Amino acid sequence: MYQAQFDYRRAGSVDEALSLLQENEDAKLMAGGHSLIPMMKLRLAQPPVVIDIGRLDELKGISEAGGSVRVGSLPTHAVIAASDGLAAHCPVLAEAAGHIGDAQVRNRGTIGGNIAHADPGSDIPPVLVLLGASVHLQSPSGTRSVAAGDFFQDLLMTDVGEDEILTHVDAPALGSGTGAAYLKFEHPASGYAVVGAAASVTVQNGRCTAAGLVVGGVSATPTAVDVSSLVGTDLSDDAIAAAASGLDAEDPIGDIFASGDYRVHVGKVYGKRALAAARDRA
Amino acid sequence: MARVLGTSIKRREDPALITGRGKYTDDLKAAGMAHAAIVRSPYAHARIRGIDTSAAEALPGVLAVLTARDVAAAGIPGVVPVGWLLPDLKTPAHPMIAADTVRHVGDAVAVVVAEDRYVARDAAERVAVDYEPLDAVADVVAALEDGAPAVHEEAPGNVAFDWEIGEREPVDAAFASAAHTVELDLRNNRLIPHAIEPRAVLASYDSSTGEMTIHMTSQNPHVHRLLMTLASLGMPEHKVRIVAPEVGGGFGSKIHHYADEAIVGLCSMKLDRPVKWTATRTETNLTDAHGRDHSTRCALALDADGRITGLRVDTAAAMGAYLSTFAPAVPTYLYGTLMSGQYDIPAIHCHVTGVFTHTTPVDAYRGAGRPEATYVVERLMHLAGEATGLGPVEVRRRNFVSPDAFPYQTQVALAYDSGNYGPAMDRALEMIGYDDLRSQQASRRDNGGKQIGIGFSSYIEACGLAPSAVVGSLGAQAGQWESADVRVHPTASVTVYTGSSSHGQGHETTFSQIVADRLGVDPEAVEVIHGDTDLVQFGMGTYGSRSAAVGGSAIARSVDKIIEKGKKIAAHLLEASAEDLEYEDGSFRVAGSPDRSLALGDVALQAYLAHNYPDDLEPGLSATSFYDPANFTYPFGTHVCVVEVDTETGSIELLRYAAVDDVGNVINPMIVDGQLHGGLAQGIGQALWENAVYDESGQLVSGSLMDYAVPKIHNLIPFELDRTTTPCPHNPLGVKGVGEAGAIASPAAVVNAVVDALAPFGISHIDMPLTPEKVWRAVNS
Repeated sequence: MYQAQFDYRRAGSVDEALSLLQENEDAKLMAGGHSLIPMMKLRLAQPPVVIDIGRLDELKGISEAGGSVRVGSLPTHAVIAASDGLAAHCPVLAEAAGHIGDAQVRNRGTIGGNIAHADPGSDIPPVLVLLGASVHLQSPSGTRSVAAGDFFQDLLMTDVGEDEILTHVDAPALGSGTGAAYLKFEHPASGYAVVGAAASVTVQNGRCTAAGLVVGGVSATPTAVDVSSLVGTDLSDDAIAAAASGLDAEDPIGDIFASGDYRVHVGKVYGKRALAAARDRA
Repeated sequence: MARVLGTSIKRREDPALITGRGKYTDDLKAAGMAHAAIVRSPYAHARIRGIDTSAAEALPGVLAVLTARDVAAAGIPGVVPVGWLLPDLKTPAHPMIAADTVRHVGDAVAVVVAEDRYVARDAAERVAVDYEPLDAVADVVAALEDGAPAVHEEAPGNVAFDWEIGEREPVDAAFASAAHTVELDLRNNRLIPHAIEPRAVLASYDSSTGEMTIHMTSQNPHVHRLLMTLASLGMPEHKVRIVAPEVGGGFGSKIHHYADEAIVGLCSMKLDRPVKWTATRTETNLTDAHGRDHSTRCALALDADGRITGLRVDTAAAMGAYLSTFAPAVPTYLYGTLMSGQYDIPAIHCHVTGVFTHTTPVDAYRGAGRPEATYVVERLMHLAGEATGLGPVEVRRRNFVSPDAFPYQTQVALAYDSGNYGPAMDRALEMIGYDDLRSQQASRRDNGGKQIGIGFSSYIEACGLAPSAVVGSLGAQAGQWESADVRVHPTASVTVYTGSSSHGQGHETTFSQIVADRLGVDPEAVEVIHGDTDLVQFGMGTYGSRSAAVGGSAIARSVDKIIEKGKKIAAHLLEASAEDLEYEDGSFRVAGSPDRSLALGDVALQAYLAHNYPDDLEPGLSATSFYDPANFTYPFGTHVCVVEVDTETGSIELLRYAAVDDVGNVINPMIVDGQLHGGLAQGIGQALWENAVYDESGQLVSGSLMDYAVPKIHNLIPFELDRTTTPCPHNPLGVKGVGEAGAIASPAAVVNAVVDALAPFGISHIDMPLTPEKVWRAVNS
């Protein structure tokens, strides 16, 4: 398809991008363009102005300090997947980024664009919710941060305001004794996750002291599963299977490839497998 | 000189194509070129109450908006023809632009021409069509039910044709006395071809000469010209030139004459300037002729020894909203005639109902009828192996046509010229390590968890439809020969003009190998010209795995004629008798006198100088052949697929895929392997992922690559290929054809493997595509 007519502005700084957003009603921010451009080509999105923030170096960093990792909104999935810092401190985020699309998509798509678009089959959101990450937003009136669990509001809907730019994400580094894993059941056409299960467990002295499981693809937003029953156990396969079977989605999404019921079933299976993989890494 | 036939020389086409220097239709620009966008129906079935083009026309840059009224005013036939007629075939008109009724989503209702393609698209959105939506039917079975919405008034019950082959009574008798019977209800899923290059047309009409040049994505430029002459545009054939530049895949979808080509041609005539249109991916999905879409009930009867005594097939085959170019032939003469497979079956009856539905037309897609037939036969053979207790290998072996039975006359018209089916299966079993696999399977079954399955497909293919007189008697409105004009230049380099135009197969490489081998020249000294009706006198094009067997044979014939003429010239120069001359390694030699010889170049030069020349011979050294084969060719082989099924999720993983194919003599092994790889990807894709899905209102819900799963490289595994060689006995090269073999054999191999894995769950069939959810539901039901 051919997109409708639009104006293109390239921002030289976050501040300039914010003022361009204010000056142009219904403008859309574009980083890698891998969510926006397909929507424009199908004419599902027809923004009068596209503001390109893809070259803002101030949003490109990945750093670690004080037990926390900070990822700017513009590192591409390929950069995140290959990041030594993340491999050392938060490998599950790099693992999930490596599952996104194909090499070309990973070379263009950015983490900020990914989570701002909030596709239910996206690989990053369940990991951020699992980690208890915070999403940082900037507007002309200041900055604020939102817990990832609150950031994803509904299908393709997030907490980003019309005048805001997503600047970075902070996530706690994984401590010693903690293992985490992301397992993906890929849609054969779109490459999105039909189900993506992100799990973590912390083990001390052979006993589980903390566990988490968040499943993407089943509902409009990432679905957290209560796996607190694992705390105090030795993380046996049976205990893990029982915990993962607690996945519940009131209104599961479905398509011609996978119905809602089936997604819930696969979510339980992949939740179980992700927890077991996390255990083996702990 | 070393032989070049049978060697994997690299494709001469590739350096340009892989460095972006290939010129495809959309790369072409003509002076003064305008751009067309076609307005398409969003409804599967609706009456057009009116069309308001004023808002579109008002947009700056818009040059014209045409509707069916303009087609009528142009005084042209304005209809898209069907090129294969069956007895009592209903042929309702297919207007190139819908006048009062639309019959599928994507049916053309208007066209906008503008200075650029963006304005054209913007204006297309401003064409206001007042539709009265009508009930639609998209499903091939539902369309046959009483009271189903009618697609065409001329076709009561939505029946386009009712066709049968074989005899019913002997089959009934076989079932009445059978020791074993197996039966199956199956769907052969509808597919969208997905050539990487979308269809495109650049039409340039010149009112001062009345000439029209159309560059387009065509597998058969002369056929397109003929159809535009006889119908649609109705232009004089000698005033139309069709050029197919680089064509980026087709798989059949670029055989057919579409309304779009005629629409763009009409736009160019109206505006008297070049007009280009390139389909968007959305448009290709809605308008490229789809493939398959059968609903079939079939059954096999066997005696107590496991020998087949009868086969019964009843198929409803979707035609879509209109009859596409060769649509009626695909589920009939390319399907029912293949029902004997590799087996000696004494009684076969196949009945096919062609069905109109409110969907995109269905026509030839890689394999065209033969994958559907192979799927029927090979799924039944799998079930027969179970029912008889013989297993998939022995039941096939026991029923193979014996190697000494060729030529073998089937009960469904075809006569197989040659074959030797056992060795291909033996080799496949050896490659796959069959006995080991069966013991692995047994231990998995004991231990639970992921299950292994092994599936077979022993297929037959009929390539290169022929001969023309027979094909004509079956309803074809075209011949099935091929032409080749081979010209040896005075300096002994060679240009070949072939009617078999390439759309990615590597014709320029393989055809140069044929000439080089036969004429004893370097392949680099051979140029191959194709795809232009002004350069090539006539040609039937590339489809049905015909190019090597028919097009290549025509080239070989022309080379032979050149050698015969060269002998006369050489004999004159050497003062010998032409009968005493031999031609070898590029030289004419007097037999028994090795020092008396002339190189091809000496003879070629003299052919053009004609200074010292036989009195009774015309100058020049070129030859034209129109090669009409005596029969189809019959490639065959056995494919074995091994899968692992995760019964907890229903996911299928391909573990092994071994294919032993017999395609006769091989011109270029690398290209043959490449053809097999591509065919396997598409056949495995059909089995596991690809599916064109319509909802009840006739909307294509798998209309984008976000929903329609074309196989990607990481979905597939390395294929293990080998060959046996049984040359075709009736063409000069002994070649058979390979373009479709992979797509024909593989769906049955994959499904048989999955069903084999799931045998402990009592599962005997799952319809394609075998999505994880379907498999999981079958396991849990």
